Amino acid sequence: MKEDILLAFLNDFRPAWSEDLRRRVGAATGRFVRVDSVEVDLRRFHAPERGQYHATLLLAEMLRHRPADAGQIVGITEVDLFIPVLTFVFGQAQLGGPGAVVSVMRLHADYYGLPADDGLLLDRAVKEVVHELGHGFGLVHCPDYSCVMASSTYVENVDLKGDGFCPDCLDLLANPAEEHETGV
Amino acid sequence: MKKPRIMIVDDERSVRSSLREWFMEDGFEVETAEDGLDALKKMDSGPFDLMIVDLKMPRMDGITLQRRLQEVDPGGTVIILTAFAAVDTAVEALKLGAFDYVTKPVDPDELSHTVRRALEQRRLTDENVRLREKVSELSSSSPIIGGSPAMGHVMDLVGSVAETEASVVIRGESGTGKELIARAIHAGSPRRFFPIVAVNCGAIPETLLESELFGHEKGAFTGAHYRRKGKIELANGGTLFLDEIGEIPAKMQVDLLRVLESHRFTRLGGTQEIESDFRLVCATNQNLEALVREGAFREDLYYRINVFSIELPPLRDRLEDIPLLTEHFVEKYARSMGKPSKELTDEAVELLRSYDWPGNVRELENAIERAMVVGKTNRIRSEDLPLRVEQEAVRPRDRSLESLESAHIERVLREESGNVSRAARVLGIDRGTLYNKIKKYGIQSG
Repeated sequence: MKEDILLAFLNDFRPAWSEDLRRRVGAATGRFVRVDSVEVDLRRFHAPERGQYHATLLLAEMLRHRPADAGQIVGITEVDLFIPVLTFVFGQAQLGGPGAVVSVMRLHADYYGLPADDGLLLDRAVKEVVHELGHGFGLVHCPDYSCVMASSTYVENVDLKGDGFCPDCLDLLANPAEEHETGV
Repeated sequence: MKKPRIMIVDDERSVRSSLREWFMEDGFEVETAEDGLDALKKMDSGPFDLMIVDLKMPRMDGITLQRRLQEVDPGGTVIILTAFAAVDTAVEALKLGAFDYVTKPVDPDELSHTVRRALEQRRLTDENVRLREKVSELSSSSPIIGGSPAMGHVMDLVGSVAETEASVVIRGESGTGKELIARAIHAGSPRRFFPIVAVNCGAIPETLLESELFGHEKGAFTGAHYRRKGKIELANGGTLFLDEIGEIPAKMQVDLLRVLESHRFTRLGGTQEIESDFRLVCATNQNLEALVREGAFREDLYYRINVFSIELPPLRDRLEDIPLLTEHFVEKYARSMGKPSKELTDEAVELLRSYDWPGNVRELENAIERAMVVGKTNRIRSEDLPLRVEQEAVRPRDRSLESLESAHIERVLREESGNVSRAARVLGIDRGTLYNKIKKYGIQSG
């Protein structure tokens, strides 16, 4: 039986589209998805010199919040995330592990000086959450640019891809022992 | 498809672990090292497609590591990771051959783009090396020419054995084209898209032959400043051609036999076992069976290499091929010298046909090349041919058995640098008999 996914919105961040996100992530992954709010002291992960939050440490914190009945937990936050060495990350996951975090800060259209667009923000959030879950299921980046597992290093990449897995990635999800061919 | 291998060298654990995760999600096989010394140690696990190296590290910094990498893996691709304040040093790294540098913290898109460009360059460089080898292989090999029944038989044998995996020994005098036959076997085999790697065992001193065949690690011996792959390793997937196999020293015969049995070996001074899948083709102008009887060549090695044998006829036994060969060489040198093609005078043709050709096709080619250089007229005359051809040509009126025997003994002695014992071995007679014949024919043996 496939395990549940918990979408954990951090602290008081609970957008109006959270239910739409739950439904679409469930459709993309074929799993039962729940939504909840989780209280986390984000100050512990704050890097004042960068004004950002350490994604890896926050991911470790999310694992402590994973209920026993949830196969995967994805923390969703509005703060900007980084990993050392990189300027930012949209999200981070454990490859083949049960935890992930996603930041929506850089998914907002107004972050780029454009008019706010909740529909576009939801689309992007769905793709990033499903992408990080894909890593949790053991998938690496996919050379098919329309697959949700395509690498996204800037927001236009996110817009370019779809929110579903390509046939090859679906095969790999069904037969996890196979090796993924990467385009790198 | 094989995952690309990447090594991340940085003294900060958080940088190593986050980049490890990041590249693993991108489908890389990732290794990490905390400084230059650690990185060099971990390079023993095999080559990396890419190395990302921090500049400032304890024990061994990025610049020193890069210098050492140039020695260990000169074709390696390095991306330098640096703080903004150390850009000058990063530029120094570029001068040392680093592919590019990125400043911390780096934009993910910039890192991804730089890595892709570096891998693409690495792929193109590797492909370029492979293609150059292929072009050199194709351009260096001459066609096999000859309509004589003897050569027809040889080509039939080549056709039969090429597609198999059998080891082949090609026998024949110097200059008969043994390497061409080896290349024809390779070209007709399923391994033709991989390299044929040739080693002349007789031309390399014993002390160097071992490292030539097996390769060596840096520091394996005095003067081994770099890690170097050996010919056995380079022949992986293709054909290893060992010319003058009869000259291989006794100690190396044992090592070679072991490689032929397992297809595994270690480089000199190394501990890592390397596998190489190659097909063996050997050539010799010696009588291997006699060498085995004398104990100079291991019997087990003989049986291992001598699965299939091809005997190349000397040119004097296929004189009917001389016109075709001559025409081919005239065309070849006319093209390369930018001269018009030439015909031979009847006298020159007769001279070529009556000569004994101890140096075989190679000697004929050299004679034609010389004639094309020195010839002043639009035809090649007998006086344009090398003097030795003129002097030693056996005239039709003088083709007695004794005359042929005398010329043959003289030729073998010359090939063996006047060494009577070796010449006697090649001729298949004892030294006493040879001395008698030398005396009888008045041959200068010194």
